[in-house]
Amino acid sequence: MSFLEYAPAPESTAILNLKAQYGLFIDGEFVDGSGEVFDTISPATEEVIARIAQADASDVDRAVAAARRSYEKVWSRMSGSDRGKYLFRIARLVQERARELAVAESLDNGKPIRETRDVDVPLVAAWFFYYAGWADKLEYAGLGPKPRSLGVAAQVIPWNFPLLMLAWKIAPALAAGNTVVIKPAETTSLTAMLFAEILQQADLPPGVVNIVTGPGATGQALVTHADVNKVAFTGSTDVGRTIARQVAGTSKKLTLELGGKAANIVFDDAAIDQAVEGVVNGIFFNQGHVCCAGSRLLVQENVHDEVVDRLKQRLSTLRLGDPLDKNTDIGAINSAAQLERIRTLSDTGENEGAERWQLDCTVPDKGFWFRPTIFTRVSAAHSIAREEIFGPVLSVLTFRTPEEAVAKANNTPYGLSAGIWTEKASRMLALADRLRAGVIWANTFNKFDPASPFGGYKESGYGREGGRQGLTAYLESSGWQAPIESSAASSRSGRKARKAVAK
Amino acid sequence: MSRLSVPKTYKLAIGGAFPRSESGRTYVVTAPSGEFIANASLASRKDARDAVVAARGAQPKWAGATAYNRGQVLYRIAELLEGRRAQFVDEIVQSEGVTATAAGAQVDATIDLWVWYAGWADKYAQLAGNGNPVSGPYFNLSVPDATGVVAAIAPQDSTGVSLLGLAAVVAPIVLSGNTVVVVANEAAPLSAISLAEVLATSDVPGGVVNVLTGSPAELAPWLASHADVNALDLAGAGSLADGAWVDLQISAAETLKRVLPPVEGAPAPSLERITAFVETKTVWHTKAML
Repeated sequence: MSFLEYAPAPESTAILNLKAQYGLFIDGEFVDGSGEVFDTISPATEEVIARIAQADASDVDRAVAAARRSYEKVWSRMSGSDRGKYLFRIARLVQERARELAVAESLDNGKPIRETRDVDVPLVAAWFFYYAGWADKLEYAGLGPKPRSLGVAAQVIPWNFPLLMLAWKIAPALAAGNTVVIKPAETTSLTAMLFAEILQQADLPPGVVNIVTGPGATGQALVTHADVNKVAFTGSTDVGRTIARQVAGTSKKLTLELGGKAANIVFDDAAIDQAVEGVVNGIFFNQGHVCCAGSRLLVQENVHDEVVDRLKQRLSTLRLGDPLDKNTDIGAINSAAQLERIRTLSDTGENEGAERWQLDCTVPDKGFWFRPTIFTRVSAAHSIAREEIFGPVLSVLTFRTPEEAVAKANNTPYGLSAGIWTEKASRMLALADRLRAGVIWANTFNKFDPASPFGGYKESGYGREGGRQGLTAYLESSGWQAPIESSAASSRSGRKARKAVAK
Repeated sequence: MSRLSVPKTYKLAIGGAFPRSESGRTYVVTAPSGEFIANASLASRKDARDAVVAARGAQPKWAGATAYNRGQVLYRIAELLEGRRAQFVDEIVQSEGVTATAAGAQVDATIDLWVWYAGWADKYAQLAGNGNPVSGPYFNLSVPDATGVVAAIAPQDSTGVSLLGLAAVVAPIVLSGNTVVVVANEAAPLSAISLAEVLATSDVPGGVVNVLTGSPAELAPWLASHADVNALDLAGAGSLADGAWVDLQISAAETLKRVLPPVEGAPAPSLERITAFVETKTVWHTKAML
């Protein structure tokens, strides 16, 4: 066994007590769906974990009706402090069942247990804990006195952080006094089902949260339902566009958290070791299945070779394999379809003239895997520098001046996130001012916190999740406005300008 | 003998210049009584695109100006409007057919509105932004940042808004550092062009406010679908036939523009109109271990 080889240390799945089949969660109960039941598989082994019910339009109808009833009769009438107490209960239950949730998430999604255990699940609890405290303080959200909840929120979430995205959506919605119908991604419904059990344990009133599982069509039925007041979507820019079109002309309030093609900018004065760590974390965290991933490395020309060499060295120490192994850094790609997309785009990169380097490691026989990949000699016009790959693929570009770095970083229809690595604070702040991105990480990357707003510019969507801003996405002002003390009209009579006109 | 007056030629305002429509088209502006007032430029799709180019070109520098500076520029607009009050009252009386008292009230409200928004330029960020107490050794600050280029349809009502409505749309857009392409009140466009003349002499950089006269029904679709427009203020688009504003919103979805729906009359001054056209930018920075 060499220095970098570790004995396997798999997390046991014995802690899980999964059912063979999960129904929809409507009005506080698990119920059968009207669509065809589908399998959810482990992307690391392709083995079936459980069978999941599929909601069709009639099921969505029932879920929305349940959410409407509980909004009118229970949740909107409940005191903020009681709503908050339910959210605190949920936060605690998530903490209590943290290990189980982490194992289930790694099993179903394919991401390493190290990440679900240390990032996803702790953040889920933190999100509920943070928004629980807002529930009885809505008057301080910045919308004036007595801000109003919106009603029923339709929420559609992606497969890259299944339970965390659920928390990002449900916690602020409930704190603000809305009820929810949420649709998890087709390939990652499992932890949402465990979450439904948590809601039962928390004794959350029936109908406050309803979960409908299924493919894109289920999501479409949900966001286009006439009786929802708010639509929140996280996912691809293409689907985001469709939803924006469908919601046009209605009074539904919409927030969209879409794709990205973030630049991670490394200056020659950066602490290179830390920058390399940050770049690795920026693109290889969660197999690169991150909308804000630092997929474009912009490195100052004079340190290009050094940075790329060190990157390759660092990558060589990453371990790819069983997501449930505590030593694993890179887990499985979430689905065969996603793997195909990553492969196709990577091949395009090579065909367009970029130079491919891949981590030399063994890949399990079963499951969906993609070795961490770096493309050098990438030009701004290459597909791999423009399109979101959503996989462990880094494109390296160079720049000479800060001006050029800004121009290249902003040269994308996206604007979700960006990274800056420099030891010079004044340069970092000047650059941060000019980068058109909603989240900027300076000398760090991929940090998330419930207190910190997250969301994009331009085609990365609109609205923010997290913080006070994330709360206001689920509220509206009660129409009260600070009176503008105007001297117009009344007190201006008798002015000479007026006389001049009146003559 | 009364002196023979010298009528003004009303043109477009694009990039700090006052060109005629590249199409050479004009349309007749009449008083409600039907009496001829002027030939206004009938802006074309090409004019709209030129205006977007001008707005994009002016945006980084305008956003880069200090908030204090932008506030002073906006206040300067109020000062100059005050000095040209009589001209605006006159134009409103002519084109809206209202009394001088009503026109005077509209001009006064417009002046006060510029003053009100001017004061927000260096303050709204303190309400819209915040420091964030994240769990870890990070400095973390959220600040609002201008969305970019905004296209707007000014209120189209026949009375009460030809000047006030335009200002109520433009002021909250530009104060945060956005630039704007605004389609004026179609029937009463004169005071909009005169306002553009005021802007040109009140330290507003060329290209920050671009005013098009003509048909919102013709121009709005080009602006709504323009890939270099970041947001759409449909304040006056409710007047378009057959609920056409919904089509504008649908077409804006293609590039995920931020869209503010139509309102009745001139939009009331509000902080929300300012924050509708800003992005929240959150900057994280590590703190060293001491």
